[in-house]
Amino acid sequence: MERALYSIKFFGLLFSLLFTISSVANEVNGNEAQNDERINTEGEIRDYIQHHIKDAHDFHLVSYTNDAGERVHVGFPLPVILVGENGITTFMSSEFHHDTNGEVVVEKNGSRFVNFHGKIYELENGAASMIFDAEHHPTNASRPLDLSITKSVFGILVIGLLMLWWFSSLARQYKNRRIPKGFGRVLEPLVIYVRDEIAKPNIGEKKYRKFTGYLMTVFFFIWILNLLGLTPLGFNVTGQIAVTAALAIFTLIIYTASGNRDYWMHMLWMPGVPILIRPVLAVIELVGAFIIKPFSLLVRLFANISAGHIIVMSLVAIMITLKAEITPVGSTALSFVLALFISVIEILVAFLQAYIFTMLSALFIGMAVAEHDHEHDSDGTPEHTDAEDVRADFI
Amino acid sequence: MDQLLNDFSPGLFIMQTVILLVLIFLMVKFAWKPILNSLNEREEGIQGALDAAEKAKLEMQNLQADNEKLLQEARSEREAMLKDAREIKTKMIADAKEEAKSEADKMIVQAQTAIESEKKAAIAEMKQTVASLSLEIAEKVVKHELSDKDKQLELVDQMLGDAKLN
Repeated sequence: MERALYSIKFFGLLFSLLFTISSVANEVNGNEAQNDERINTEGEIRDYIQHHIKDAHDFHLVSYTNDAGERVHVGFPLPVILVGENGITTFMSSEFHHDTNGEVVVEKNGSRFVNFHGKIYELENGAASMIFDAEHHPTNASRPLDLSITKSVFGILVIGLLMLWWFSSLARQYKNRRIPKGFGRVLEPLVIYVRDEIAKPNIGEKKYRKFTGYLMTVFFFIWILNLLGLTPLGFNVTGQIAVTAALAIFTLIIYTASGNRDYWMHMLWMPGVPILIRPVLAVIELVGAFIIKPFSLLVRLFANISAGHIIVMSLVAIMITLKAEITPVGSTALSFVLALFISVIEILVAFLQAYIFTMLSALFIGMAVAEHDHEHDSDGTPEHTDAEDVRADFI
Repeated sequence: MDQLLNDFSPGLFIMQTVILLVLIFLMVKFAWKPILNSLNEREEGIQGALDAAEKAKLEMQNLQADNEKLLQEARSEREAMLKDAREIKTKMIADAKEEAKSEADKMIVQAQTAIESEKKAAIAEMKQTVASLSLEIAEKVVKHELSDKDKQLELVDQMLGDAKLN
């Protein structure tokens, strides 16, 4: 009974939200002549989505136009830290006044910076504004090393601290009790899941312990950040190629550094194949280990999460793009249903991508540290007649 | 690809690398290591408790088997004792019977000998009595016969007549 009441309340809330949104859409429809920062056309929507999936220098929650016709941005600025031609420069991102078109010039420390499409450029001496070539690349500005606390870095820090807080409090609980209570009871099965389903089966009972710390950190890091990306806060951390690249390179370094003799042997001088084919195989194996494996890791995560964000935002945008065809209420309802559907799938994808990244990392590490209990013959007779056996060796 | 490279932010990459390194270090030190240790400890504890329970069960079974064995032994001992007692009883009865019989036989034999000797004595007495009686009778007869003188003389004559002198 109580549950039914809750669902009635929930749906009531949803529908009231729906009508509020559609009324806003209606209002926007009425003021189409206005030339402000509102997002109304397909081009603007595309730009907005492009803008969203990139990193940002300030934490922007929502913008609206007040009664006086001014655009009001709700959010807070983040520190900008730049290593440019004149050394380290720091200032708050609010000095750009939300400009991302390279129009507002910030003069600091003898350098002049502009924010162009979310990236900060340092203008050359004497330049007053940016000049672009035919392909819309700036010609009189360079990009300083941008170590700012951007929105993504902010998200990473917040999630890092949250993880540290959650899991260290779980760790502390074990000092007094053998079975954790409260939130720790939720975290413990996840830890056991990663250990028993990802680390142990892929790396092996004997060696998993050394790598579990990395795997667990990466799993929870990716998963929580994926989920954070689904919140209306607008984070897209795991959809940043720099973030996924860093994660993939960590995995690359770990499995390269921990590879044992057999691993290198199989990579550089594959036993069991004719001598002439061995160098060819070595090239293929090297490319596989150093380029394909990390690249597949970083692109899979980046592409899945970015695609999820683009799809959800595009479905939300149906509210605006189909407004003329099927009335504001119809377009809002359609976009609501579709976006809800995709969001549910995205929640699954958030877990799945974290799982796949961690699982593949564990698999690659497991391949690098796998013990081969047989000695390869020097004359190169195949040890395995069955390809399945070879595969089973690695898994 | 061009856009992908353009989107790649070296600054974010560096920040992510540094933060992730620090995060991994801190998580391993303050979270994963104690958590995994405690989990392993707990699992080993559970395993140990299960093993101990299994062992206790086995011991219990052994004990029960021992008890059963003891009981069995006691039962068989009782059985044997009962059997012995029964045997002793039958033997005693048989012995008693045997003894009684031999005693009785002995008594019978004694009685028989006694009867025999009594009989002999009686017979001897009877013989004596018969002899003395006969003698008396004979005496009386002889006396009677001798009182009649004529007859005696006649008899002597007859006898003399029969007895031829050789």
